[in-house]
This record gives sequence, C-alpha cells and structure tokens, in this order.
Amino acid sequence: MFEVRIHSRGGQGGVTAARLLALAAVRDGKYATAFPFYGAERRGAPVVSFVRIDGSPIRISSQIRKPDLVIVLDPSVMDVVDVLQGIKPGGRVLVNAREPRDMGGHPACSVDLTGIALREKLEVAGSPILNTAVLGALAKMGIISMESAKSAIREMFSDPRNVSAAEAAYRELAA
Amino acid sequence: MLTVATGNKAVAAAVKEAAPAVVAAYPITPQTEIVEQIAEYVSSGELRSQYIPVESEHSAMAACIGASVTGARTFTATSSQGLQYMHEMVNWAAGARLPIVMANVNRALGPGWNIWAEHTDAIQERDSGWLQVYVGSVQEAFDAVLMAFAIAEDERVLLPVMVNLDGFLLSHTMQPFEVARAGDFIPPLHLPHAIDPAAPGGYGTLTGPEDYFKLRWDIERSMRDSSGVIRETQERFARTFGRKYGMAEEYRCEDAEVIVVAMGTLGREAEVAVDLLRGEGIRAGSMRVRWFRPFPRLDLSGRDVVVIDRDYSFGFGGVLAGSLAAAGGARPFSVIAGLGGQEVTYEDIAGFVRERRPGEEFWFGVNGDV
Repeated sequence: MFEVRIHSRGGQGGVTAARLLALAAVRDGKYATAFPFYGAERRGAPVVSFVRIDGSPIRISSQIRKPDLVIVLDPSVMDVVDVLQGIKPGGRVLVNAREPRDMGGHPACSVDLTGIALREKLEVAGSPILNTAVLGALAKMGIISMESAKSAIREMFSDPRNVSAAEAAYRELAA
Repeated sequence: MLTVATGNKAVAAAVKEAAPAVVAAYPITPQTEIVEQIAEYVSSGELRSQYIPVESEHSAMAACIGASVTGARTFTATSSQGLQYMHEMVNWAAGARLPIVMANVNRALGPGWNIWAEHTDAIQERDSGWLQVYVGSVQEAFDAVLMAFAIAEDERVLLPVMVNLDGFLLSHTMQPFEVARAGDFIPPLHLPHAIDPAAPGGYGTLTGPEDYFKLRWDIERSMRDSSGVIRETQERFARTFGRKYGMAEEYRCEDAEVIVVAMGTLGREAEVAVDLLRGEGIRAGSMRVRWFRPFPRLDLSGRDVVVIDRDYSFGFGGVLAGSLAAAGGARPFSVIAGLGGQEVTYEDIAGFVRERRPGEEFWFGVNGDV
C-alpha cells in the first residue's frame, strides 16, 4: 500500500489532484482511493487530501497517518502545518518550489508548478491551476506512468494546456 | 471501463441506468451531489425523467408517493435531518406498498451539528417497513441501487428500499468503479394496485380495527419473502455483472474464534483488522451486515462476537449488537464507535478484538467523564 498526503489551500485544487492521481494509478492497472479531509474549510485555509494506491482492492477508509509521500502544493502552509507529521522513515516529499528545500532530511523533490501553470496560462479566478502539472512531477518520481498521467488528465480536462503543464513538470522536476 | 468517482456520483450513475420516471428531491449535505448530478443528467437529456425540485424532504417523499401510486418508477435521496423531516411520508410509502428507492447518505443527527457519518439516521427508520441495505464501497453503492429497484418492484416484495452509504467515507471518497449497463436487468414496473390518473376517482383509506392488522401482517409477510427475492436478485446480478453479494459479507469466518460484526465502511475496515489479528495468531473473522432489514441470520454460534455500532439507542444500547443478541442469543462485546464521523482505524478495531469483554458495552474514546 502506497499512501500519499497532499497539502494545499482551499480552492487550489488539492482534491482534484488527489482524484487525478488515483485515476492515473487505476489506468496503470492498480487500485486507488482518493478522499479529502472534510472539516470546516473555506477558500484559502490549509486543507489535506489523501490517496491510497495498492495492487489489491482497498478496504481502509480511515485517514492516512503514516504517508509514504507528502505533496506540498502550497509551501506557505508549511508555516502553519507540520507537513512531515507521521511521514514514514525514508518517506519522500514533493514541494511546489523553484529551489530545492530541506525537508527534515527526507528525500525531497521540487518543481515550480506555479511558474508552469502561469506560463501555460492555466488559471481559474486568478489562481494558478497546479493539479494537472503535479501529475507530470509524480510520473517523473515513478509514482505513476506518464502515459497514465496524461490519460487521466485528458479524461478530466479537455484543455490540452493541462497535458503541456504535466509534460513541463516532468522535464523540470529537480531531485 | 473503470472510472474513478465518489459514492454520490456512483449512485447517480446507477439511477441513470434505472431511469426512474420521477425523481423528487431536496438537497442536503452530504447527499447533495447525488441529486445535483441527476439534475444534470435530466437537463442534458441523458436521463429522461421528470425531476421535481421540491421545497422539503417531506414533499420529496410525498411527490415520490404520488408518482409511485400511478405505477411510475421513483427515486429520491436524502440524509440525516432530511430523513427525519421525511419520517411521516417514509412510513406512508411502505404502508401504501410503493416500491420507491431512496439513497440515504448516513450522517449524524444534530445537535451538536455534525455532517459526518453515523447510522442512527437510517436506524431510526428501521420499523417503517422499508428494506435497508448498507454498502461498503463505491462499486457496491452503484450495484446496490441497481438491485434495489429490481427488489423493491418484485411483486413478492412491493416495499420501498433504502440504500445507505456512509457520509464522506463513501459519499465523497473516490474509488474505481464500473458503470454496468442495466439493460433489461430491472424488469418494467407493474404495480398491481396502481391508480389511473386518466380515470380519476375517490379512495377512502380509513382502515378499521378489523382490517388494519391484516395490512401490517401483509407487510411482514412480504418482508420475510424479500429475503428470497434479495438472494435471487443478487445471484442474477452475479451472473449478469460478475459481482457477488450476500445478505452479509463473511471474511475469514470458517475457523474463526472471534467475529467482528459491523456495517458500512467500518465493516470493510474490519477485514483489514482481521488480517492483522491473524498475523498475530488470533483466529479472527468478520461479517459485514449488508441487509439490516430484513435482518439476516448470521452463524455466530460458538464464537466470541465483537459488534461495532455506528449508532446508538439511548437507554438500550447499540442497535446492531442488540439485534444480534435478540436474533441469535449472542453475548457480544458491544463497541460504540464512529459516531458523528469519529475516526476508527483497523488498528483500533484490532484493539477491540484483543481486549474484548463479552456481554459488556464499550464507548470508544470515552474514559469516564468526557
């Protein structure tokens, strides 16, 4: 079982990122579930979403406490949330940032998802859309195949710039 | 092809396949996505139903009753407070022998105001004459809605069916599922006591003491017959679509010394606890109760039983535990857990089994004064 926790802010598309990741994993022939933690969220508040990926049907509904991978779509949440809480020893981190960040000694990758989204003009109501670009980064990290990433994006979004954003993140991911 | 969607979307997709003539509904969290999606299907022409956006849940069920009594296939969805507001009409639907199908997204009752999963909302309707099924996955939600129409409309049943799915844990959780094409799986509805709107007439429904009990017995007779219809329908479903369901889902029970009984997502999570316990040398099994009405016969003889109730009847106890004790004479270790969405993990469930005390009741997370 591979468990992922996604940190973002309400309205940034963290829930959709979770769904896209689950869909891509299913297109890879695996089982997956995706679910947000529903509290009293509002736009801009720190939120978390979860994804489980496994070779067998997933029977667990409870929240993920020991993630194998933490994705930080908005680094500013790190000022208020301990994004590394419960992360497994050796667990990996993916941060939306231009420069590599020290993530408590955990193997960390960074990619400028915001810059990519702005370049591709992927914006909704003035906010850059990060959830399709992040799939390219996850493919580069070997979590999903790039083919399934693109297929999942195409199933959910008709605008080809979403696939271009994922391809850019795949190229630009720095380990 | 497999898609990935929430339990709510799966319910709506199944309703589209069943193509009810009338859908009447009022939105309520966490159910709203079901009726929103159905409204979209109707608006885009993918579903040719009459969609009636009513002003309350009481009216939603009343509209379903009015449509159903003409022999039309009907659907609605609700949750929690909405189901409570509908209560009078819920009883009427069963008493009038109308095969209405309703999805209820299980949510705790206020106050305190809470939108998260609990089964007490549906359990409070257990004596209404509705059949009740509780599902454990998104696929199962889809499949149960499809089967619910076939079961409700069977002439040996003609009772409404409530399909229950856990709020957020299923309603808003995305899982892969396959949209089965209903084809002719649900035969056309023939309601023997349908009224004809083209031939209006007056019907007096006052039923005196010399007859009323006969109508009640007739509901119970159909409820008893429904077990066979459920079995037949589930077998036909397995032959048609390849997925098998029982009254309850047994997991590693053959040689089990202790069995965990639960409903909904907790029943699925319990299977993971069983695997964990087996690894420790504890011969555990689980039975996930799907059909709560009619209540199934579970073979629990000679084993310890740990029942997890995501519900409570004040002054009595966990309703599932009480039902099992009444039906089979079991002295379960009764665990009250998951109320109002309280987080319960498979590790917690394994703990309930390790520290079981048959005959006692245990409130998870409560130590003396809260």
